[in-house]
Amino acid sequence: MDFRLKALTKSIWVFHISTASCNNCDIEILDCITPRFDVERFGIQLIGSVRHADALLVTGVVNRKAAPLLKKVYAQAPKPCVVVAVGQCALSQNMFRFGYNCPEPLDKILPVDVYIPGCPPKPEAIIDGIVKLVNKVRQKK
Amino acid sequence: MVQGGCFGEEKMKTLFNYLIFPGFLFSAMIGLLAGWLDRKVTARIQWRVGPPWYQNFTDIIKLSGKETVVPQGARITFLLSPYLGLLGLVLGATILGQTVFFSGQGFTGDLIVVVYLMAIPAIAVMTGASSSANPLASVGASREMKLLLGYELPFILAIITVIVKSNGAIRLGEIINHQAAYGSSVFSLSGAIAFIVALLCVQAKLGFAPFDIAECEQEIMGGTLIEYSGLPLAVFKLTKAVLLSTTLLFLIILFLGKDLSPAFLILKFIMILVIAILIKNTNPRLRIDQALRFFWGPLTILGLVGLVLATRGL
Repeated sequence: MDFRLKALTKSIWVFHISTASCNNCDIEILDCITPRFDVERFGIQLIGSVRHADALLVTGVVNRKAAPLLKKVYAQAPKPCVVVAVGQCALSQNMFRFGYNCPEPLDKILPVDVYIPGCPPKPEAIIDGIVKLVNKVRQKK
Repeated sequence: MVQGGCFGEEKMKTLFNYLIFPGFLFSAMIGLLAGWLDRKVTARIQWRVGPPWYQNFTDIIKLSGKETVVPQGARITFLLSPYLGLLGLVLGATILGQTVFFSGQGFTGDLIVVVYLMAIPAIAVMTGASSSANPLASVGASREMKLLLGYELPFILAIITVIVKSNGAIRLGEIINHQAAYGSSVFSLSGAIAFIVALLCVQAKLGFAPFDIAECEQEIMGGTLIEYSGLPLAVFKLTKAVLLSTTLLFLIILFLGKDLSPAFLILKFIMILVIAILIKNTNPRLRIDQALRFFWGPLTILGLVGLVLATRGL
């Protein structure tokens, strides 16, 4: 239903998962809700429980310990739920590519909808990625 | 046959009152708009812009379209309790709304009934959380229970103060009439004390900071609501919205009941709401033991002082 789809894109509740990241991307994500960027204008909120989530923001290389937990968290999220990969580590594992405990990149584990590159990505880049995601979801219906 | 027809019409009117005008739809609308005001004022205090006015409506519509996840090991009350809370509370909202908007309606003791009905959402949250098979939710439920035990005592003391001030009337209509004749009860010493006590109790009832212990997002990840998703979560959000409008209306009836014309009603509603929001935004969250000590210590003593002053006629 178009009505509900519009509501979905106007009120995105974000659950933030850090899978062995260096915390830089996480700080940039939190920058998005500060007064300068204020994504609550568009109804985007950080929430505490994955059951309320509409989008999972995944940061960091997904290491051996985090991968099964990440799968579990994704299974717990109510669908429709999108996955956003934030930062170079989540995209391509950056310099940990040949690391012994980083078996595979994020998009081999979960279906990723939007990739936001950068090390760390600027808040503008994150907002730009979310806008692209919203446009993609609206066109896909 | 004629009598039967009349009875049917009466029933339809009651149903209309319950579902639409002072009941569910109306109070939910007011509550969601008040919830937006809360978010907007909070944003302005934090030097942000804040969401548009329809944001809470969007959230409700979105949640109703999402999947409902039922955790393994959850009982049947997990899905029933949101509706229980909403149904009970809407009855209270209807009684209050009828007293304000259609003056003269009501029955002896409706004040007591409303006080009980306003405690039902907390009970619904507790049963729902404790049947969701989640340890953090049960922590939240136990906190909610302790908080309920904490704030009910001073809240009832504040209500008894108002009852004493209006010569033992336990009908909301009589309390309003008394205030219309002798002035709002907040403008006397005992009334002002009782108002402060009741406002802080309402703060806890609404789950606003510094008493958002049961639902704290940073500490126990949403607490009582942690396992809820989709429509049941939307119903809980609606219950919260109705609770917001109902408790504020209740405070207006008890303490500021002199002039209840629409303009003054809206003004008083917004005033009390903004006071509550300012308290919310300027105070950090208390621990549960601190909150309980606060309610059973200073606030109960303050409520008793107000009650004694009211019996002295102050």
